[in-house]
Amino acid sequence: MFHWLEKNPFLFAVGVFLVIAFAGLITLLPSFAQASRPVIGTTPYSTLELAGRHVYIKNSCNACHSQLVRPFKSETDRYGDYSLSGEYAYDRPFLWGSKRTGPDLHRVGNYRTTKWHENHMMDPKALVPGSIMPGYKWMFTNLVDIDTAYAEQITIESFFGVPYNKPVPMKDGTTKIVKMGKTLNEANSLALAEAKLVAADMKNQNVKDMIAKGQIPEIVAIIAYMNSLK
Amino acid sequence: MENRPLEYDYTVAKWFMWSTIILGIVGMSVGVFIAFELAFPSLNTVLGEGLSEYTAFGRLRPLHTDAVAFGFTVSGIFATWYYVGQRVLKVSMAESKFLMTLGKLHFILYILGVAAAVITLLMGYTTSKEYAEFEWPVDIAIVVVWVMWGVSIFGLIGIRREKSLYISVWYYIATFLGVAMLYLFNNMEIPTYFASGGHGDIMHSVSAYAGTNDALVQWWYGHNAVAFVFTVPIIAMIYYFLPKESGQAIYSYKLSLLSFWGLMFVYLWAGGHHLLFSTVPDWVQTMGSVFSIVLILPSWGSAINMLLTLKGEWQQVASSPLVKFLLLASTFYMFSTLEGPVQAVKSVNAIAHFTDWIPGHVHDGTLGWVGFMIIASIFHMAPRIYKREIYSKSLMTAQFWTQTLGIVFYFTSMWIAGITQGMMWRAHDEYGNLAYSFMDTVAVIHPYMILRGIGGTLFLIGVFMWAYNIYKTMSARPVEESELHSATPMGA
Repeated sequence: MFHWLEKNPFLFAVGVFLVIAFAGLITLLPSFAQASRPVIGTTPYSTLELAGRHVYIKNSCNACHSQLVRPFKSETDRYGDYSLSGEYAYDRPFLWGSKRTGPDLHRVGNYRTTKWHENHMMDPKALVPGSIMPGYKWMFTNLVDIDTAYAEQITIESFFGVPYNKPVPMKDGTTKIVKMGKTLNEANSLALAEAKLVAADMKNQNVKDMIAKGQIPEIVAIIAYMNSLK
Repeated sequence: MENRPLEYDYTVAKWFMWSTIILGIVGMSVGVFIAFELAFPSLNTVLGEGLSEYTAFGRLRPLHTDAVAFGFTVSGIFATWYYVGQRVLKVSMAESKFLMTLGKLHFILYILGVAAAVITLLMGYTTSKEYAEFEWPVDIAIVVVWVMWGVSIFGLIGIRREKSLYISVWYYIATFLGVAMLYLFNNMEIPTYFASGGHGDIMHSVSAYAGTNDALVQWWYGHNAVAFVFTVPIIAMIYYFLPKESGQAIYSYKLSLLSFWGLMFVYLWAGGHHLLFSTVPDWVQTMGSVFSIVLILPSWGSAINMLLTLKGEWQQVASSPLVKFLLLASTFYMFSTLEGPVQAVKSVNAIAHFTDWIPGHVHDGTLGWVGFMIIASIFHMAPRIYKREIYSKSLMTAQFWTQTLGIVFYFTSMWIAGITQGMMWRAHDEYGNLAYSFMDTVAVIHPYMILRGIGGTLFLIGVFMWAYNIYKTMSARPVEESELHSATPMGA
């Protein structure tokens, strides 16, 4: 009954395309009409946090850790409040993950400290007996790429209007300004200032020495990022 | 003009056949290695602390998934296209200098793209989006390779002698269009180096979508990459190779028509089932669930059509290991297209999501259906490409049983691990507190992680047997007939 169509490759291809594109139009476009809007208290990532997020992605932490607390009692008991859409407004890309080989991290900043992360990333089994997570020792010596994080900040500010250097409403009624450097030099010094605050809570001498020399190891950035997940 | 059969030119098919085998070995070896990393974490530093950045699970996991999806499977798709396309369109590649050159160029660029993908993934260049990890320069290479394949498809169709497009060609066309659409939209990203006026790493890009929107597009892509890489082109293969090998006509044209258009329409809605209980709109989640159930119809339509094609010829299953592969492939297709919809039911998904049951499901589809189908296709093609019989039938039979056992080990262990973990995560004790710590649930699945690794190893051993058999086929006894009909000749 469709023999005529099977002799006409062009019409056939057009037909196939329309049939497969249809669902995408219906399910994706309505959500896109409403851009992802931040909830109150959600702030853009600082330069150092964004650089830490890149370290997280570079090592595919999302292959084993989700960042999505589902609305079940067992999940809110374990991880905290269930996730809201607006909390992800500045997440490019989203990092929900699809597998929990390890626990969810969407609110890890609420219950783990810089010190804990420092010890844990060096040797997970020392803190969590039986853990199957490998150590990430190289993060203590690899330098983090602040330039790329800064490049991303410029990009998302100009293309998507991410509110850097602008007051963002917080839950307690105040506002907060996340600063972004006007130049690369300023971005570097902002990141270093933030890195010093994180490193102050760390004990690794090598990390402290690097920070003193104005260098930021990956571990400091990824801890800053994880501390921001609340 | 003398009336003799066309001499098809299998040069490009042969090249892609070998890239299928080699990338299959690479991708699955990485898979087995990372499976054992989950059972024995000390393997993360197997090459020493200094190199552990490159051997850690996280760095290797995208390499495994992308090597088997875009290496093994896509090579298999291209190899079978360059074989099947000519034959069902009744035209030889050699008749068009342009298509021949394009085909060869297609292969060379593809291999360069694969090399770039492997190197960048190992270096840690990833967008983090599953099955779309490649950064923008690799994406551009992939788009070029894909467009070349499209030109090759429609070019060959343009000079065809057989006017009616055979069912396999429908599915190849759909594969080309579907993947093109999905890949382009999911990989919309802005290279930050250029957007920021020359700052930072030139490889880095940022997604055009944020948060929930990004998740929506990613799983519209992620689910349908499964549709248009692991399902649609594999159906193209079985519609060609099963009738050819068994010498039976397709059972029902109407059923193939219903299954094709049904699959095209329904599949794209189901992506929402990856996002149940997430922050995407509830109606999208429900649509995902409902359409996943509806998807059983066109999926089983194809599978039943295949099983009934063997009607009256069941003795072939006993006598031919190649038919065994084909039959088990369609059986696993039925099995995983039932399992998927079950997992897409909201109440089941609440337990199954984030657990090992999900990779378990993926693997009974990819190993049992995709893997077996590609293995069978190449077993059918190689004797016709080399005009030689398959080197060893008994090796092929041994491979079949080794791999079948491997798959059974794999999915049973992952079922148990996944459901156990899902139930323990949600368990509360009599006082309403969580009954288990997260570590309890890691410890309890340890034996199943070992079993899964063994299952994967058995499958990988089978892949080596396959590679050896095909390699030896090149030097096996020549076949008398110039054009082989139905059943593939096999040596002892």
